[in-house]
Amino acid sequence: MQDNFSMIDQDFTDGLLDKHDYLAEISHADCLTLSCKPAHWVAFAKYLCQEETFDLLVDLTAIDQGDTADIRFEVVAHFYSRVHHDYLRVHIDCLDNDKPEVDSIASIYPAADWHEREAFDMFGIIFSGHPNLKRILMWDEYPYHPLRKEFPLAGIDTPLPAPDVVEATDASVEPAPMMGGPFVSPGSGPMSDAEPRAKDESWTEETEKPV
Amino acid sequence: MSTTTKEISIGDVAARQAAGVSQMEGEERMALNVGPSHPTTHGVLRLIMELNGDMIEKCEPVLGYLHRGDEKIAENMTYNQFVPYTDRLDYLSPLANNVAYAISVEKLAELEIPERCQAIRVLVCELARISSHLLGMGVFGMDAGAWTPFMYTFTEREKLYTLFEELTGARFTTSYTRIGGVARDIPDGWLKKVSKFCDELPKAIDEVEKLLTRNRIFIDRTEGIGEISKEDALAYGMTGPNLRASGVDLDLRKDKPYSGYEQYDFDVPIGTRGDCYDRYLVRIEEVRQSIRIVNQVIKNFPSGAWYAEDAKKIFAPPKEKILNSMEELIQNFMIVTEGPQMPSGEVYFEAENPKGALGFYIVSKGGGVPYRLKIRAPSFCNLSILDKLAPGHLLSDITVILGSLDFVMGECDR
Repeated sequence: MQDNFSMIDQDFTDGLLDKHDYLAEISHADCLTLSCKPAHWVAFAKYLCQEETFDLLVDLTAIDQGDTADIRFEVVAHFYSRVHHDYLRVHIDCLDNDKPEVDSIASIYPAADWHEREAFDMFGIIFSGHPNLKRILMWDEYPYHPLRKEFPLAGIDTPLPAPDVVEATDASVEPAPMMGGPFVSPGSGPMSDAEPRAKDESWTEETEKPV
Repeated sequence: MSTTTKEISIGDVAARQAAGVSQMEGEERMALNVGPSHPTTHGVLRLIMELNGDMIEKCEPVLGYLHRGDEKIAENMTYNQFVPYTDRLDYLSPLANNVAYAISVEKLAELEIPERCQAIRVLVCELARISSHLLGMGVFGMDAGAWTPFMYTFTEREKLYTLFEELTGARFTTSYTRIGGVARDIPDGWLKKVSKFCDELPKAIDEVEKLLTRNRIFIDRTEGIGEISKEDALAYGMTGPNLRASGVDLDLRKDKPYSGYEQYDFDVPIGTRGDCYDRYLVRIEEVRQSIRIVNQVIKNFPSGAWYAEDAKKIFAPPKEKILNSMEELIQNFMIVTEGPQMPSGEVYFEAENPKGALGFYIVSKGGGVPYRLKIRAPSFCNLSILDKLAPGHLLSDITVILGSLDFVMGECDR
């Protein structure tokens, strides 16, 4: 398995950066980390797949840097090369904080299909050009994007409209109250305060939930 | 009374599809919902299929019934507190998940792990692989209509669970690793028991092979069914035995060794055709190779520390030290309340788990809590090929295909 083995070293990085002026090296700690300008993302993915040996897209996800950050959402993709035996990480910034949007690479890497749907589901990032961009883990009518930083850990009570059920039975489904959930933390401050251990006891079955 | 038998040719998928289409032309399509109560015993997966007679024309997997928001939870607790959640990813190999997670965080901290700890981890990983594959093969046989092999594999798996219980205190949700080490050293005499188990296991595997490998019905049900080409397997990001069954020589234990895998001598079985039968064969051989690794680990079991002793801000020392020394007590308090202290940065690590490459992408901004933790679940990626794979197969093939992909929804939905 060790034949054709070549490291991702400085020469490789320099070659890549020379060829594509829209790339920038962020770091080379655990693996080579590049940032790619969003306009060239699809072209670069195509290059990685067809002309380099990064034919395995192992992971694609997003990070929410919080609503005070200049660039709030970043899409992060990891590729693996069976020749280099190493990963390559690419960061792509979503330029618009309110309506984050990145081009889809699902046509180049079919593996990206579900990963992009998940990033859309969890962060609300639109992948333009995706063949079937809908929620994957949450249900279609769900109104929130739970991995955004402002979404509370305890969750938000959400009715489950299920249009097909309403149509057939004329009765909508009301969820059981979450009772604050088992994990409630203030979300900030030192870890000793923020430890998600205690249940939210500010409201119970007897006393109304504060709005 | 005489009975006559007639030779029925099964033919290949394309021919069957062609025959099916010509027969069914002009007939109505039928929509069929399978699940979300488990169609096989692998979790709550729902498939919405469009059928033409018995032929699947479209298959849309619907996920999320087991979604618990693990990634959100991870952002709100310390690194060690998340270990029990990793048990519940691929709940058929919790030990391997624990190890993969621990190594990811240690890679972030750039922590050196002592040899003995690495050997313990390799040992439990391989035992987890054996246990997961035993279940996978047994259930696969059951999906194809063979009950008996399941009984054999489950008996062996039960023995393994007894060993896990002795090591970790739990049969199923082991939570064995800590960042910087493991929860406790191996008990006295445990290695001997593992060694005895590994001596007896090949006999049981032989029995399963006698029941399945040359079984005409089993071969008819699985050979040529669910064929995945090399290119497709790579394009859809498949990993693990499913990828190797398609003929791709990628095993992270060899390709990018971690936890000292490079010292052990083992082979990586590769399939040729990428069908359900190949996936079964690859798994059965992997069990044999895992036994080889376990035997090598036991033979040269290193002595020394079983946790990173110099990682004062990461690993809480063992109980007897905490109770007898002020400094260690403070260290323990700090790690329990503040979490293991990590530098800021990002890290991606994948381990070769029984189901495929389980990856953790961790973004840290320093402190004891991850800023973002993404779990790259092998079952999620392996299942994404389903809408391409299922069309052209008979409805009865879908259980076999699902069984051969050997996925776990706990990990897929996270």
